[in-house]
Amino acid sequence: MTQASATTRPIGKEKPIPEPKASRFKRLWQSNKYLWLLFLPCLIYYLVFRYAPMFGLVITFKNYNLFKGIWASDWVGLKYYRLFLNNPDFWPLMKNTFLLGLYRLIFGFPAPIILALLLNELRKAAVKRFVQTVSYLPHFISNVIVASMVIMFLSPTGGLVNNLLTELGFEPINFMNKPEMFRGIYVLSEIWQHIGWETIIYLAALTAVDPQLYEAASIDGASRMRKMWHVTLPGISSALVITLILNIGQVLEIGFEKVYLMQNPAIYDTADIISTYVYRIGLVQGNFSYGSAIDLFMGIISLIFIYGANWISRRVSETSLW
Amino acid sequence: MINSQRPGIFPIVSAVILTIVVVVTLYPFVHMLAVSFSGDIYVMQNEITVWPKGFNVKMYDLVLGDPKIWTAFQNTIVYTALGTAISLALTSMGAYALSRTQMAFRKSLTMLIVFTMFFGGGMIPTYLVVRSLGLVDTIWGMVLPGAVSTWNLILMRTFFSGIPKELEESGRLDGLNDIGIFLRIMVPLSTASFATIALFYAVGLWNNFQLPLLYLRTPDTFPLQVLLRNLILAGTASSGDVTRIGGDNLIVEESLKYATIMVSTLPILVVYPFVQKYFVKGSMIGAIKG
Repeated sequence: MTQASATTRPIGKEKPIPEPKASRFKRLWQSNKYLWLLFLPCLIYYLVFRYAPMFGLVITFKNYNLFKGIWASDWVGLKYYRLFLNNPDFWPLMKNTFLLGLYRLIFGFPAPIILALLLNELRKAAVKRFVQTVSYLPHFISNVIVASMVIMFLSPTGGLVNNLLTELGFEPINFMNKPEMFRGIYVLSEIWQHIGWETIIYLAALTAVDPQLYEAASIDGASRMRKMWHVTLPGISSALVITLILNIGQVLEIGFEKVYLMQNPAIYDTADIISTYVYRIGLVQGNFSYGSAIDLFMGIISLIFIYGANWISRRVSETSLW
Repeated sequence: MINSQRPGIFPIVSAVILTIVVVVTLYPFVHMLAVSFSGDIYVMQNEITVWPKGFNVKMYDLVLGDPKIWTAFQNTIVYTALGTAISLALTSMGAYALSRTQMAFRKSLTMLIVFTMFFGGGMIPTYLVVRSLGLVDTIWGMVLPGAVSTWNLILMRTFFSGIPKELEESGRLDGLNDIGIFLRIMVPLSTASFATIALFYAVGLWNNFQLPLLYLRTPDTFPLQVLLRNLILAGTASSGDVTRIGGDNLIVEESLKYATIMVSTLPILVVYPFVQKYFVKGSMIGAIKG
């Protein structure tokens, strides 16, 4: 029934011979106008706030002048891209962005899967519900609060973590002034914040695994670990692949807010990433063209990432986003 | 469901890990609550763990007595309410249209939208667009630039696709057009889905820091998150452990900050356990069929 109605034609009417173009359009309009009307506000939103900025990217090839506007500003070709590639900050920024994203992927991707598998094995519904409710909680806390908590707990004067360290006989550590600590702190706080929330999708996939497979495995004498390995994981593999592709695509898209809130100049060595740099150089200092060029450069690399991940996945596992 | 014959090591490991998750998640909040209610002297000596010592509500008096907090609260509520209403309207209308298989150009329009999940103009061109529309430093700058989340749109579209076609046809027989079907049949049938998406938008708007950072200039218009950032994060490096506010009152900065965090987080902490079953169900629907 649903499939029978072709997308570009109104329902219920056969079209044996080609008709004049004008009347075809008229009929298309007649049968679609209310749906298009419903869609219109959404379309306007996407054109204005999502596509217009994409065309605004021409300023990366221009010397954007606030008073002249985009079109009257002078063309400068690839100047800003060259500037960025030759900038001594280029490699450290690329490295920081990439490593932060990579660590988040390596440690952040498996964490909710493990939690979901453990939750799935819990037999007491009340306990399961309690653990879930608790683990969702940090997802609803703002990045400002999370960053504040991290910084205050790690503070060398009276912070929770340093109190514990001194209690155990260690010297207090000034965590937020040590560049080598930032990536670990960031990734841990990301896991803390989102682990529970991200289990939802895996728990949904787990409910779709056929119970008969577990029974069959039990008869064959499989232990719980073996059942998990041979039944559960293959059962949710397509959900795993999809989230993995999405995660790989987002390696370079680290949330601006949280890094911005957690960083300070003492740890820029590891804590300064592309988006915070773009904000500082582009918006705070007013180098609109330069900042946008850097942003676009990373956007394209990001696009290549997700395209590549999708391509590999299509070859290897026959699961893909498109 | 699954009955293992002999209790191996697995249940123990599992229990330990789950306990750690619960403790690590809850303890920070319990600790902050305890410190915010404790006497100065105990806080300075780092004696507080899970229970307040020298119980008092001085910090809460100070936080709630600060008119800036109330202004910020009010701004946040206005931005959240207006933004959620706009987002929900745009998203549900767009999602419904995209879910109808008879809509022409449906595939191309979906592509147009999904593409923005992977590529965008970035922070500065978007800022220039928002500024050229005159939205900087206005309430519209808070609610329009992020009005539609592509993810939520797809979630809703998936939900609408799952509603039986027969309902739509019965509406058509009664002489309703697509807008009528949407308003009179689909909306009343989808309250759980609307509640879920509304919650997602509301939490996003309530917690947003980037939009006000980019688009607001006047302190009177700042929402809670910007105020919190200024109160808690800015100036932490410079000021000492103890500050004096008003007369001889000794204020432990830490307690004051924790009290501020508790006050600003409480609304969400109170609401979310009650709406949990809706959002879990809502996002699971999207996850399975998506």
